[in-house]
Amino acid sequence: MGSDARRSGEGGITMSTKPVTPVPPMREPTNFNTKRMKLDQLRRSFVNNLVSGLAILSTVVVIAPLLMILGYLIYKGASSLNFAFFTQIPKPVGEDGGGMANSIVGSGVILSLASLMGIPVGIAAGVYLAEFGRGKMLANAVRFTADVLNGVPSIVMGIAIYSLIVMQQKHFSAFAGGVALAIMMVPTITRTTEEMLMTVPHAIREAALGLGVPKWRTAISVSLRTASPGIITGCMLAFARVAGETAPLLFTAFGNQFWSLSLTQPIAALPLQIYIYATGPYDEWHRLAWAGSLVLIMLIMVSVTLVRIFANRGVLKGGS
Amino acid sequence: MGVGIQVEHLNAWYGTTHTLQDIDVHIPANHATALIGPSGCGKSTFVRCLNRMHETNPIARATGLVKMGDVDIYKDASPVEIRRRIGMVFQRPNPFPTMSIYDNVVSGLKLNGFRNRKVLDETCERSLKAAALWEEVKDDLKKKSGASLSGGQQQRLCIARALAVDPEVLLMDEPASALDPVSTSKIEDLIFQLKSQYTIVIVTHNMQQAARVAENTGFFLNGKMVEFDSTHKIFTNPRDKRTEDYITGRFG
Repeated sequence: MGSDARRSGEGGITMSTKPVTPVPPMREPTNFNTKRMKLDQLRRSFVNNLVSGLAILSTVVVIAPLLMILGYLIYKGASSLNFAFFTQIPKPVGEDGGGMANSIVGSGVILSLASLMGIPVGIAAGVYLAEFGRGKMLANAVRFTADVLNGVPSIVMGIAIYSLIVMQQKHFSAFAGGVALAIMMVPTITRTTEEMLMTVPHAIREAALGLGVPKWRTAISVSLRTASPGIITGCMLAFARVAGETAPLLFTAFGNQFWSLSLTQPIAALPLQIYIYATGPYDEWHRLAWAGSLVLIMLIMVSVTLVRIFANRGVLKGGS
Repeated sequence: MGVGIQVEHLNAWYGTTHTLQDIDVHIPANHATALIGPSGCGKSTFVRCLNRMHETNPIARATGLVKMGDVDIYKDASPVEIRRRIGMVFQRPNPFPTMSIYDNVVSGLKLNGFRNRKVLDETCERSLKAAALWEEVKDDLKKKSGASLSGGQQQRLCIARALAVDPEVLLMDEPASALDPVSTSKIEDLIFQLKSQYTIVIVTHNMQQAARVAENTGFFLNGKMVEFDSTHKIFTNPRDKRTEDYITGRFG
């Protein structure tokens, strides 16, 4: 059978042909040169400019406070930033100088611990909600719990972990602080993961299932991977939120004026140290509190940026 | 080589809707079989029952016998195993957007834990050549995402991906309906070549397409298979009045 025979249809098959009737024009062509049309054009461009202007204004209103805070922190805190700030621990009361090295490292320890516990649990719960729990009672319960947990005040979280872990172990610890922050991260990550997985087209899952890929593997290697940029954003938001939390650490990590890297001992943290210095009576302490706040914000910005850069590596041309 | 599919008393439901009613048909090996019929008549449900994709919808269920060669696909094998042996190409091209062209083609192997680089490379080249896409993408295999290709290329990529797991049957659910005429013609040429090695079932709204590529054609209407015969017979001298009405454009 030749290619032409195929093109014209096998075996002389005929399709129906219907007579074509001319369609009358629906209305007269528009004349764009009347006065009314010109006024209309003017009105439209005015509304267009008005809406764009409002959008730009809103953006400025949102960004301005952020820049003002950052600017004020730099103004108040930058002068107290020096080598000692990053290398020394707090000096005893009455002595000038000293730094927040132990707090910076302590915050790093607590936040790493919180991320190590909170991110896997949060993502796993989100995968369950989106991929396996559609319409199930348990999934609805988990979703409801996550939303309630998201609204729990951070001080309440601190007290809860105090009675659950600190009271049981009879001492404050970095571990307890990490757990408190991890639990605060979970609901945000879970719900973002679920939302992002829901935006993955069903056709992509079907493509994998149709290739004989088991469902669990499809969920992890296809759905989760496709949704990963949004999920990473969710994790970063959760991280940035808990990085500045003070209340849940008050009764858990407790703070420490000395070096400690032990997970079973009280540990220093930037927000705690800022809280102590800012509420203290000495001008030197106030200056250190400003510097600490600046460092805290910078650390959050740097870590979020690093994760972004890291996550964007290996993204292919034309991918989404 | 392809194998034939024997379907007996196949019924399928979505919730309480009886989508397929008592389908009996034999789909011969190494031939292309076209399924035509108006929208919502059950063609897609039918092909989805053949590789057990139907049951991935929680409210869907199916009863009856479907045999691929000697294998009863609902009794003798797991859905995962069946879907490896019966490949599927969907209506809209659905390459994995986060994967390179290369990873898309070998995804069926990689996602099932296959890691031998040499075999993966060979499979990738062979599948892309079989899908007539190799020349267009060979320089960008690992650089570009599967989603960066044009619609027609994406669909051929999806065909290559389905071929890479070396299936015996290829189900195509309106594979060209979202494509322009040039891409459509490439896909049809491809079906023409592939049917010597695979059993192909193609759902289509385009009756000329059915006439061009398939030896046999089945006509579906309201969940029933009204007529199944050689394409020539269906299009020139159908037994059933309803088939004739549909073919001549009187409804649907």
